[in-house]
Amino acid sequence: MTGQATSNAWSSHEGAAALAAPALTEKRRAFDWRILLGFFLPIAVALLWEGAVALGLAQGRLVPPPSRIIATLWGLAQTGELWTHTWMTLWRVLVGFVIGAVAGIVLGALSGSSKTTRQLLDPTLQALRAIPSIAWVPLFILWLGIFEASKVALIAVGVFFPVYLGIAGAILSVDRKLVEVGHVFRLSRVQLARRILLPAVLPEAVIALRSGLGLGFMFVVAAEFMGASEGLGYLLVDGQQMGKPDQILAAIIAFALLGKIADSLLVAGTKPLVRWQDTVRERL
Amino acid sequence: MLALEHLSKTYADGTRALSDINLTVHEGEIVSLIGGSGCGKTTLLRLIAGLDRASAGRIRLDDEVLTGPHPAVGIVFQEPRLLPWLSVSDNIAFGLDGVGAAEKKARVSHALSKVGLIEHADRWPRDLSGGQQQRVSIARAFVTNPKVLLLDEPFSALDAFTRASLHEHLLGLWEETRPTVVLVTHDVQEAVTLADRAIVMQPKPGRILDELPLTLSRPRDRTGLPFETSVRRILTALDHSLKAPQLQPQRERDRQAAALWW
Ligand SMILES: Nc1ncnc2c1ncn2[C@@H]1O[C@H](COP(=O)(O)OP(=O)(O)OP(=O)(O)O)[C@@H](O)[C@H]1O
Ligand SMILES: [Mg+2]
Repeated sequence: MTGQATSNAWSSHEGAAALAAPALTEKRRAFDWRILLGFFLPIAVALLWEGAVALGLAQGRLVPPPSRIIATLWGLAQTGELWTHTWMTLWRVLVGFVIGAVAGIVLGALSGSSKTTRQLLDPTLQALRAIPSIAWVPLFILWLGIFEASKVALIAVGVFFPVYLGIAGAILSVDRKLVEVGHVFRLSRVQLARRILLPAVLPEAVIALRSGLGLGFMFVVAAEFMGASEGLGYLLVDGQQMGKPDQILAAIIAFALLGKIADSLLVAGTKPLVRWQDTVRERL
Repeated sequence: MLALEHLSKTYADGTRALSDINLTVHEGEIVSLIGGSGCGKTTLLRLIAGLDRASAGRIRLDDEVLTGPHPAVGIVFQEPRLLPWLSVSDNIAFGLDGVGAAEKKARVSHALSKVGLIEHADRWPRDLSGGQQQRVSIARAFVTNPKVLLLDEPFSALDAFTRASLHEHLLGLWEETRPTVVLVTHDVQEAVTLADRAIVMQPKPGRILDELPLTLSRPRDRTGLPFETSVRRILTALDHSLKAPQLQPQRERDRQAAALWW
């Protein structure tokens, strides 16, 4: 009797709707409140510190309370200084990133797609990679002067290596089985590169570009330490020399936000290219 | 007509995968290759598809000697091998590069409806089941209207029900243009369901042991006595392919027998 009822439910439309319902509710509660849990720790620490300084338990001279950092950020934003510095830093990262990424993509593609060029290029590039990039600074300053060119060069070098390695590795690891599909349909070398290799390496290329961008932000700080009069890195140095820890922390926060925003933009911009991916997590 | 003449393949590591294969497949014929694991069935298909080069012998399609991938030869691999960045319909259209947009669309949607996936046209391959993916890859091979279609155990990963329905889809597509089909299978029932002729192969080195014509009328009744008889005949031939006079130690023979009883 029960079995009969169940089979009826399966065949009727109401039954099908009832069966589909759980899946729909699952989709609706897509927002997971546990995400907010991540904010708990930093906010708790900030409030504790704020309270400690306000109650006179701590001086807050070397470690300024959050309210003072926010006030400093606000002040810098009001005078427009924050924007000029941010813009300068962003511009340097952008130029260095574009140069480094283009070079990394081109050389990585060459080295990944042909054994001859790989044997020609790769040993040299691997040897250069072993040098800590900051070690180039004195040479870059001698060659390119202390202004923009040497800074951009350092950032470009930092961006280049992860992109080069990522692209070359991605091409080398393309599934032979998919390449054979291209052979069966008699694609030329160029068609094979465009229709199979390029899409196949895109996901890894995006990851390579993201780590390149991350390193770009790392190296812009180093670059701005070596005698800049503008940029968030300059704010850091200036804060140290003038004994303004609130300014240092304000600049660090600006760096964090800037890096995160740039990374998110890169992810959002490349998302349409890799949305076919069958990965565990929607977002990396 | 597809003709294999004295075809041999020895891999770089010295494995003799195929030795002196001679086989003629007539136009529109469905031939099924049966044999134990490692007797060179995949190797044979890869040679015909032009993905590997033969060590000796040649392959002729009508009056042409095949030396590489040929537009008139299509292949369905053991795995679907869909391009994950293309939608289902774009995957099917992959081989239709020189075809005009309107005709391409018509041919793709016709192939889609033939394999019963018309409502899945715009989905990603990752969102399809294994059997649906394999149907897409069959449609991708058929849509270019090849003269010769090679199928390498295309249904071996699927359950019996799905397999039976795919047999129907396959025969439905075959009926339209009647290509020459070479079907590799582990499944004797499948061979008797689909093929006009069964070729039984033998390993080490891979060669042809026996040929059995399957003259049952289509559509074939899987429950009838003629079907059973054909199945039994192939099984006997397979059995012979194991017991063939070979100076092999008993243990090695047992190991092979175990491999053959899929
Ligand atoms: N690339 C290769 N290099 C060396 N040996 C190979 C290579 N590919 C296959 N072989 C060998 O050639 C023989 C035939 O292999 P093949 O894949 O053609 O067998 P098969 O009949 O398709 O087997 P199965 O039914 O298990 O798929 C095997 O002994 C295998 O080990
Ligand atoms: Mg095989």
